[in-house]
Amino acid sequence: MELTSDRFKEHAQKALLDAQLQRALGNVEKGFIGKRQMAADALPEFDAIRDNARDIKNHTLAHLDLYLEAYEKKVTEAGGIVHWAENAEQARAIVLDICRKAGTRTVNKGKSMITEEIGLNDYLAENGVTPVETDLGEYIIQLRGEHPSHIIAPAVHLNKEQVESDFRRVHTHLEAARDLSEPAALLSEARQVLRQKYFEAKVGITGANFLIAETGSSVIVTNEGNGDLTQTLADVHVVVASIEKMVPTLEDTAQILRLLARSATGQDMSCYTTYSTGPRRKGDPDGPKEYHVVLLDNGRSSMLGTEYQEMLRCIRCGACMNHCPVYQSVGGHAYGSVYPGPMGAVLTPSLNGIEKTGQLPNASTFCGRCEAVCPMRIPLPKMMRHWREREFERHLTPTTARYGLKFWAFFAKRPKLYRIAASFGIPALSVLGGTKHRFRSLPFAGGWTRHRDLPAPQGRTFQQQWQQREALKQNPSQERAA
Amino acid sequence: MNHSTTPTPSSALTPDPENRPRVALFVTCLVDLFRPSVGFAAVKLIEDAGCEVHVPAAQTCCGQPAYNSGDKTDTREIAEQVIEAFEGFDFIVAPSGSCGAMMKKHYPELFAGDPAWEPRARAFAEKCHELVSFLTDVMMVRDTGAAVSAEVTYHDSCSGLRELGIRDQPRKLLNAVEGITIKEMQDPDVCCGFGGTFCVKYPDISNAIVTKKTGNIEGSEAEMLLAGDLGCLMNMAGKLKRSGSTVEVRHVAEVLAGMTDTPPIAGSGK
Repeated sequence: MELTSDRFKEHAQKALLDAQLQRALGNVEKGFIGKRQMAADALPEFDAIRDNARDIKNHTLAHLDLYLEAYEKKVTEAGGIVHWAENAEQARAIVLDICRKAGTRTVNKGKSMITEEIGLNDYLAENGVTPVETDLGEYIIQLRGEHPSHIIAPAVHLNKEQVESDFRRVHTHLEAARDLSEPAALLSEARQVLRQKYFEAKVGITGANFLIAETGSSVIVTNEGNGDLTQTLADVHVVVASIEKMVPTLEDTAQILRLLARSATGQDMSCYTTYSTGPRRKGDPDGPKEYHVVLLDNGRSSMLGTEYQEMLRCIRCGACMNHCPVYQSVGGHAYGSVYPGPMGAVLTPSLNGIEKTGQLPNASTFCGRCEAVCPMRIPLPKMMRHWREREFERHLTPTTARYGLKFWAFFAKRPKLYRIAASFGIPALSVLGGTKHRFRSLPFAGGWTRHRDLPAPQGRTFQQQWQQREALKQNPSQERAA
Repeated sequence: MNHSTTPTPSSALTPDPENRPRVALFVTCLVDLFRPSVGFAAVKLIEDAGCEVHVPAAQTCCGQPAYNSGDKTDTREIAEQVIEAFEGFDFIVAPSGSCGAMMKKHYPELFAGDPAWEPRARAFAEKCHELVSFLTDVMMVRDTGAAVSAEVTYHDSCSGLRELGIRDQPRKLLNAVEGITIKEMQDPDVCCGFGGTFCVKYPDISNAIVTKKTGNIEGSEAEMLLAGDLGCLMNMAGKLKRSGSTVEVRHVAEVLAGMTDTPPIAGSGK
């Protein structure tokens, strides 16, 4: 998708005025937050597992080169093929090549953010291969020509009436008078339409939640079972995964899986957790004939050893955006990037550069709720601040903000001058506040007073009053004189 | 300070007036400029807890606006100034979880790797406390002896809550105030949309967030809103007043000190 993060403010403005979107966003809070809390509370060792998971990923990232090589060896031993892709372009070309060799006109896709990142669908379509999204949410937004607005609930910005009208628009072969008022009817219709597609495609593409160095396995978690059908019914299974999905052992996935669904949807486990190791072996009743892994870097390796390395622990649960007051207000599309919310505000500048994405790490109140719920204990606010530092160093901060800050800092660094200025300005402002003790508008304070009143200062500053109190203590006779 | 001429409040913890902890009050820029009464409430609470209060003159701001704008150079210079002015005291106390967290959590990070300043920042940070948690966790205050008749709701400001773990402390002390009933709002721990410079950089998003918050405040049916951070309080008070609410807004220290004779933040009434 086209990166439009530089227009975040504009997108946000529109989103705030979109009544339908605002109603749909209410579901994010209702649907995710309470359930996550209950699931976390029900597991006494939840926080201890978080520590453990953080340590597992830190260890893996510290030795990522070794684990990647070990993983490739195991995949190869199991009869699979690993393709290394440095960037999106290479990854797309590898996937298309596999599709062409398989002679397929359509490919089925399990839900995958990484294929969004590399813009795979458009590329395949341009080259004569039709991608079919099989996850219900992804299927819906594919019908609408949209991109996911959430990393685990791609269609969370929509309501069921919109889905119904899309289905009626596209599924014209079905009876027009059918009843689609219930969500279950929509689900059943999607299932019916998609079921046929599974048998048409020779290639199935999935992402991966984990890659396991010990066994050469890839792991996906889904709730609809669509991922399993995608990868087992096709002749060729292509896993597209970025390098930080690596964990050393099977046991490590067992640890992190205990966090993933709880943090994402509040489930103990997702309905399906599928481990795949190589293609169908002799005697296997089913499975693909070929098993490919496209291992994508796309900027990750350059995050290693930097202050953004910890971002590579992310397991894409979406908890940070579910709990983010900014995401809850404007939704995922406003971010203008593949990855929205707090994790996107850190990852997008890492992958796409800060020049066009500077608004994202700035559009945060630093309330810290994302970090508080992150299962992998990623210090998201800290890393957003680091992006602001990079911006400031490179003079990318907007000029007015930069000068405003410098003007303020000039006084903040000179306490005497600051006190003199304050002792004149503040009492005057207080008088202007009048008997209401607040302002409806004030020059240079439009950002504040557009939506709220500005409380007026009480009168003289604390420092002024304190100096006087201390002076009186030193010399009580002054009181009478004063 | 001349002890012989200063009235010394009694305290069970430190009966010896000569050995009272010397506390430096970091007033915070917003309290200094907008609401000095919070500073005087803090002074009273700290003195009543048996401490001697000092207010170093060389203080302006903790540096957070620069820090969160990515301006590390200015932040460091301001932080050095604060550390120099305050490190000689037994404790540094601020009536703000946000400034408290800046000094306690972020100063050491800011100077990480600096052989001269990192140890100083760490020693300084050890002694830094947010006001209410200083009273309850350090001075073991259980009851401030105040009496204020009001039904109040308490907003947990983000930095205090998530960086300093302040949640039960203010509620415990409020429950001990004669005449106070706490009526919890829905989601008291969700951000009010202030976010320092965020509220003027993204005024419309900030407005959406604070609108939800003031809805929850009104929903609690409390007559007074309290919190421990003046920034959040000014944001919520400004929105409440703009929407015609009669809810009074005060810093929690004012109620704990029994000093509610000043007009509330942004005035009373519609």
